[in-house]
Amino acid sequence: MARVLVGVKRVIDYAVKIRVKPDKSGVVTDGVKHSMNPFDEIAVEEAVRLKEKKLASEVIAVSCGPTQSQETLRTALAMGVDRAIHVEVAGAEYESLQPIHVAKILAKLSQDEKVDLVIVGKQAIDDDSNQTAQMTAAFLDWPQGAFASKLEKTDSGLTVTREIDGGLEVVKTKLPAVVSADLRLNEPRYATLPNIMKAKKKPLKKVTAKDLGVDLTPRIKVVSVEDPPVRQAGSIVPDVDTLIAKLKEGGHI
Amino acid sequence: MSLPQRRAVLNLYKTMLYMGRDWPQGYDFFRHRLHKVFIKNSEETDPEKIRIMIKRGEFVIKEIEALYKLKKYRAMKRRYYDES
Repeated sequence: MARVLVGVKRVIDYAVKIRVKPDKSGVVTDGVKHSMNPFDEIAVEEAVRLKEKKLASEVIAVSCGPTQSQETLRTALAMGVDRAIHVEVAGAEYESLQPIHVAKILAKLSQDEKVDLVIVGKQAIDDDSNQTAQMTAAFLDWPQGAFASKLEKTDSGLTVTREIDGGLEVVKTKLPAVVSADLRLNEPRYATLPNIMKAKKKPLKKVTAKDLGVDLTPRIKVVSVEDPPVRQAGSIVPDVDTLIAKLKEGGHI
Repeated sequence: MSLPQRRAVLNLYKTMLYMGRDWPQGYDFFRHRLHKVFIKNSEETDPEKIRIMIKRGEFVIKEIEALYKLKKYRAMKRRYYDES
């Protein structure tokens, strides 16, 4: 039976209106509601289902970030994960934390914990990088199935149905492997109140990047963060002729 | 009210309060409405009627869960998958 590692990220809640800091260094995160990255919820759900189908023996959740990341890990534990590892990264280091660092951390933990399968969300809804799964697979030199919309365990490994442009692709991989979850992989369960309470008793280990021997020096510098362009206001035309004239002007007809 | 029923009602209230934290119009909106509904029925003494109300409460919890799931799924779909 396989041991599964899932990566979860604490991000600004999907329903929150994002505000850019006036100095363009990032977005406002203080006093803003945070929750688990929706794609990571899907990853957690898939891992927990593997366990429920007796295809996985243990599911471990990992999160890199400040102390509050433990809340996200609690949610994962409440969804059915067995134990959690919190890799503490705080302050300036957290601000400049990039997928390459997370991938190195996940790769190191995968080896330490002797896991057979790593599942992560395909991307986080805050930076939309979509790199962690691919980089983790590269560091470990394991096969990867990114953008999975279906995951099946076979005798020798996995059959992953991937969402690609204009269709689906089916790949067969051996284990160990890295998989990233796409939106249609499953419907994640809701972490209920009793389960959140029970999750408080589950083990949560705290480590630092230094313990794992991962260097967090940034490789990329964020130059500026800006609001997307505001949509231009429309106008009401008095009659059909003006409308046609305007459409012609815009080159639409 | 019998003890098991009393516990069931309290559990319902707690669970819903917890769920209200994700309510689209805000926690306070949800909390006030929830409180009003529970107060309105607080004088009920007929065990059969209370049983039906508890059942209804459990149904509402399932509905809220489904609502949250759908809302999140739709938001993600709109943001990342709609090409129009």
